[in-house]
Parts: sequence; structure tokens; C-alpha cells
Amino acid sequence: MGKFQLITKGLVKENPTFVLLLGMCPTLATTTSAINGMSMGLATLFVLVLSNMAISATAPYIPDKVRIPAYIVIIAAFVTILQFIMQAFTPDIYKTLGLFIPLIVVNCIVLGRAEAFANKNSVVDSACDGIGIGLGFTIALTILGLVRELLGSGSAFGYKFIDGDGILVFVLAPGAFMALAYLIVLFKKLTAKKDE
Amino acid sequence: MEYILIIISAIFVNNILLSQFMGICPFLGVSNKLSTAVGMSGAVCFVITLATLVTYLFQYYVLVPLGIEFMQTIAFILIIAALVQMVEIVLKKVSPALYQALGIFLPLITTNCAVLGVALMVVTNEFSYGGEPHMLNLGESVVFAFATSLGFGLAMILFAGLREQIALNKVPKVFKGIPIALVTASILAMAFMGFSGLV
Repeated sequence: MGKFQLITKGLVKENPTFVLLLGMCPTLATTTSAINGMSMGLATLFVLVLSNMAISATAPYIPDKVRIPAYIVIIAAFVTILQFIMQAFTPDIYKTLGLFIPLIVVNCIVLGRAEAFANKNSVVDSACDGIGIGLGFTIALTILGLVRELLGSGSAFGYKFIDGDGILVFVLAPGAFMALAYLIVLFKKLTAKKDE
Repeated sequence: MEYILIIISAIFVNNILLSQFMGICPFLGVSNKLSTAVGMSGAVCFVITLATLVTYLFQYYVLVPLGIEFMQTIAFILIIAALVQMVEIVLKKVSPALYQALGIFLPLITTNCAVLGVALMVVTNEFSYGGEPHMLNLGESVVFAFATSLGFGLAMILFAGLREQIALNKVPKVFKGIPIALVTASILAMAFMGFSGLV
């Protein structure tokens, strides 16, 4: 598989949110607006690429029995680095996303890619895989955030173009479940047609 | 009085699954059958309470005196992973019956974000129940953790019951599986919104 395909497969065919249904907690919790969704996606992308590379480089030296705890420590280290970077450069976003930044440690996407891809492929391939899956996640979160923001407050990326409040429930918890359900259905419909 | 407010708030008003979105993976993954949902809830209840107790003590007796609070994430996830392993070993020896019931769910719990989420919440957030916002003390933290896990169990068991009924009905093809489960969860979350403003 070429490097380019490694990146593109994460976008549609193996999209972590719409197809693999992984990492649902941040997907639902942080997509109250398009900007928030995108920041969460990019934060995960950062950790995913670096942890994929580190795990791929160290995999031959880690005994098989303790590999999962070892991966978790590697991922947690990168999450801590990310926390420092975000506190320094984007304190507002860090505050909005709150608890869900440290919770990237237990995001199934990151550990899943380590176990399914990074530990048996080269460093460059693992980086490409991380970029692909991370971008797929970012795009999915941005779309979900955009839909919720449009319906919930009548704005997109913070630019308001409908007067009034919108359907408030889409910014709240029930709207997250509902919007995600319909987006998955839409995604299934669109990709099913492509196969025929 | 404050303990009662903490309990009501954690179970109903700020339900960990339906309003905070932590632990959605097991919520969607093992809620096909009522019996597995009960098993998972029991195991989560046990681990959340224990993990919060240990991480709280670790935070205030190790990390804060040494001035290395930034190691929180790494330290907590290691404590939780070790704790889950230990609970598994102890349970196997002490109560094989309970181990049989909870056994298969225990390894899954390490990566349940509700456990790490609650542990981090009690040491980073301030809570206010009627009075001044303040950090929770040890007793309040443990009660908060236990009540949160009860809320997890309540939502999980309700949801599993609903999904068992849905499985018997005709569902459009594209909605089969996760999408219809998400629509159900949405309606359940709407019902729980009725509790908001209670505390």
C-alpha cells in the first residue's frame, strides 16, 4: 500500500467516527461548535501521529506481555506534552475542552492504532497512518460540530448568520446523540452507493 | 445534607453517561443484553469508587507535596491499570462467584474514560452544592465517585432494557445497530434533562 493510500483510507473507508465507531466520548462531548470539534480532532491527531511513531520505533524492544501498559505510558507522556503546549499557546481552547484533553489517553482510537498498525509497521508508514486516521477523526468532529452549531445557534465557525437562538437542544446532550446518529446513517447511505 | 445533594446531582442531574459523555464505549458496546449491562455496571461501580479513593490520596500525599502535579495523567492511568489488575487477582481468590460475574468486564475497564474522568474531576474541578464552590474532601470525593457510578449503572441498565425491546422490532436497514441505539440514547438523554435544575 502506498503512503498516499495509507493517508486517504482513514478519511472514508476506515473513518474512525463514522465507520469504526471508535472514540465516541470526545466525539459527543466536545462538538458543541465547529471550532471546538476541530480543536479536539487536531489535539488527537497530534498525539496519534507522535505515539504511532514512538510505538513503531520501540515495538521490537518491548516484551509482548507488557506491551499494553507500555503503550499507555507512551501515549500518556505525549498527552502530558500536549497539555503543556495547549496551556501555553491556546489557553482558551484548553479551558473549553477541559477534562477531555487528558482523556485522550483512554481514547480507543489511539491505543487501537498502536495495537492494530503501529507495532508491526515502519515508522514512516505509522506516521502516515496516524495522519490519515487523525484527519478522518478531525473532519468527522468538525462536520458534527458544524451541524450542531448550525442547528443549535444558527452560526458556523463562530460567524452568526441567523438571528435568534436556533434549536437549543442540538447544543445540549440529546442533540449530540441525535446528530451523530443521522450523520452515521447519511455516511452509510453515501458510501453504500459508491460501492455499487 | 450536602451528601444527599452530591448523590442526587451525580446520579440524575449530571449523569456521567447522558450529560457528561464519559464511558460511552461500554454504553454502546455491551448494552445489547440486560445481564451483561448489569455485570458491567457492577464492575465499573467497584473500580470507580476504589480508583477515586486511591488517586485522591496519591494526589494529595505524593504529587502535591513533591510539586509534580503535571504528572497527574500518567500517574493516574498507571494506578488505575494496576488497580484493575489487582482487583482481578484478589477477586479470583476471594470470591470466585463474583469473579465469574464480573471477570470478563474487568480488563475493559482500564480504558473506560469514566474511571479516569471521575478521578481527574475530583482533583481538578470545584463543585458547588448550594453553598460556596470548593474542592471536595476525601469523604465527599468517595461519595461523589460512588454516586456517579450508580448513575452510570442506572443509565446503562435502562438503555439495555430499551435495546432488548428494539431488537424485536423492525428497524430500517441503515439504522440497524449503532444509529438506532444513538437515537434511543438521545431520547433517554432528553428524559434525563427533566432533572436539570433540581440541585
